[in-house]
Amino acid sequence: MSDVQDYESSLGDAAISRKYETFSYLPTLSKESTRAQIQYIVDKGWNPGIEHTEPAHAMSNYWYMWKLPLFGETDVDVILAEIEACHKAHPDNHVRLLGFDNFAQSAGAAMVIHRGVSV
Amino acid sequence: MAKTYNAGVKEYRETYWTPEYSVKETDILACFKITPQDGVPREEVAAAVAAESSTGTWTTVWTDLLTDLDYYKGRCYAIEDVPGDDTCFYAFVAYPIDLFEEGSVVNILTSLVGNVFGFKALRALRLEDIRFPIAYVMTCNGPPQGIQVERDLLNKYGRPLLGCTIKPKLGLSAKNYGRACYEGLRGGLDFTKDDENVNSQPFMRWRHRFDFVMEAIHKAEAETGERKGHYLNVTAPTSDEMMKRAEYAKEIGAPIIMHDYLTGGLSANTQLAQWCQDNGMLLHIHRAMHAVLDRNPHHGIHFRVLTKVLRLSGGDHLHSGTVVGKLEGDRDATLGWIDIMRDSYIKEDRSRGIFFDQDWGSMPGVIPVASGGIHVWHMPALVSIFGDDSCLQFGGGTLGHPWGNAAGAAANRVAVEACVEARNSGVELEKEGKDILTKAAAHSPELKIAMETWKEIKFEFDTVDKIDVAHK
Repeated sequence: MSDVQDYESSLGDAAISRKYETFSYLPTLSKESTRAQIQYIVDKGWNPGIEHTEPAHAMSNYWYMWKLPLFGETDVDVILAEIEACHKAHPDNHVRLLGFDNFAQSAGAAMVIHRGVSV
Repeated sequence: MAKTYNAGVKEYRETYWTPEYSVKETDILACFKITPQDGVPREEVAAAVAAESSTGTWTTVWTDLLTDLDYYKGRCYAIEDVPGDDTCFYAFVAYPIDLFEEGSVVNILTSLVGNVFGFKALRALRLEDIRFPIAYVMTCNGPPQGIQVERDLLNKYGRPLLGCTIKPKLGLSAKNYGRACYEGLRGGLDFTKDDENVNSQPFMRWRHRFDFVMEAIHKAEAETGERKGHYLNVTAPTSDEMMKRAEYAKEIGAPIIMHDYLTGGLSANTQLAQWCQDNGMLLHIHRAMHAVLDRNPHHGIHFRVLTKVLRLSGGDHLHSGTVVGKLEGDRDATLGWIDIMRDSYIKEDRSRGIFFDQDWGSMPGVIPVASGGIHVWHMPALVSIFGDDSCLQFGGGTLGHPWGNAAGAAANRVAVEACVEARNSGVELEKEGKDILTKAAAHSPELKIAMETWKEIKFEFDTVDKIDVAHK
């Protein structure tokens, strides 16, 4: 049994235990892979949107919208700049990027780009 | 001019073989693969199938003349060779929509796969496909919630869902069983699942199971901050008992329940699906007994028909086969019925075994569930084949992890996210799979050990039921 590794996760240790859906089991996305994910959303024809929340309220359906979804925006740099602006304004919050698929009436992509400290 | 009555036996083809018929938009169309007895002409046996699955019987009866049989009869309108097999042929039959009760797949199957399958002039008979006209589709309730609603309810976007069937299939106490669920869910699974034969046995009555599993869900949700579910199997000896279990699942706040639609029966399934829609519950559908019906290439009902029947009867998830795991499933044919589950319009495509265009209108889609003998090494192929709107279920591939269920779950979760991230970045999953997983394992000891544990396991038997293609 000595070579069995314990699975570290608990109610008490939020920082290592709380997750926030897609890509939260991977290390934080690098700038380069964030750009690739934005490009994917643009290539799919989806509308990028940015939302943020206090980590304590991450399970809510409704995070705060950062402005409005960036309808029709296809410039990766512009989208990235908005993500950074949101992060700068709310440095302690989770900031997530969504790709709204208006035909499916659902998000085709959703991922936390800046991770706040979970509590 | 009115017809006169002549008692006696008439050849079926005089009435039911109508190659000049042009099908109506509202007709229900069926494609049968017929293996006739030696010496029986194709047109006669095809007409017999049309007759016996609709209005006809073996002899003329005087009451035929009291109705307009030309309006009500099913008719065979085309015959085709089966590529690569001279023992059988395809017969296409059109049925007027008025032959069937609205919203009743039960009634349709009772006609189309009823007495006719025991007919003596046939050596074997297989129902290959049905075209349900949109006019009929609109009379059915369909999936309780559908794919988009499920994503919204569970807050899961942009990736396949991840599940795990709890093993051993039978014999665990409710508390031990709940432990197995909790470990899987806290490790990163979206769902755990009752095995199909877990109903309410002496070693674990349903109500204890429901209570312990619900605690597992609540704790895993609090711990991970993600929404979780467990397919509580409500399949029961009677539909009253089934509804009692479903009501209790709702009462304790379970998001999803489960039913076996073939062994449980289609009336029960349709009833449960409608209840789920009314009560905001998701419905996972298992398909025990399907291989009895669909595996023999010459006799029975093809799974694409069973898929369409389920979408009409109602279910949010349906097991589809994995293509790559331990159970039967030809890749092209599987892709065909996955489209049938999810898309709103599917074009005829013989290379995928699809015989008719199928229009589902606004009926919600069903999430295909890939389950059976799969593990982390299969992940790149699974994400590539199934895409995001799917549920990938690793039973042994989670519980068999050397460090336990939580580690097994985490390994699968890291693997699926790594594959999605790579796919979105333009990487070819099936070509670069090993590289993607190896990179992901560098920051996940759980995945690294999983890859070492299962590396060599492969299932490479040829499929028994293949798409019919010329091979001579």
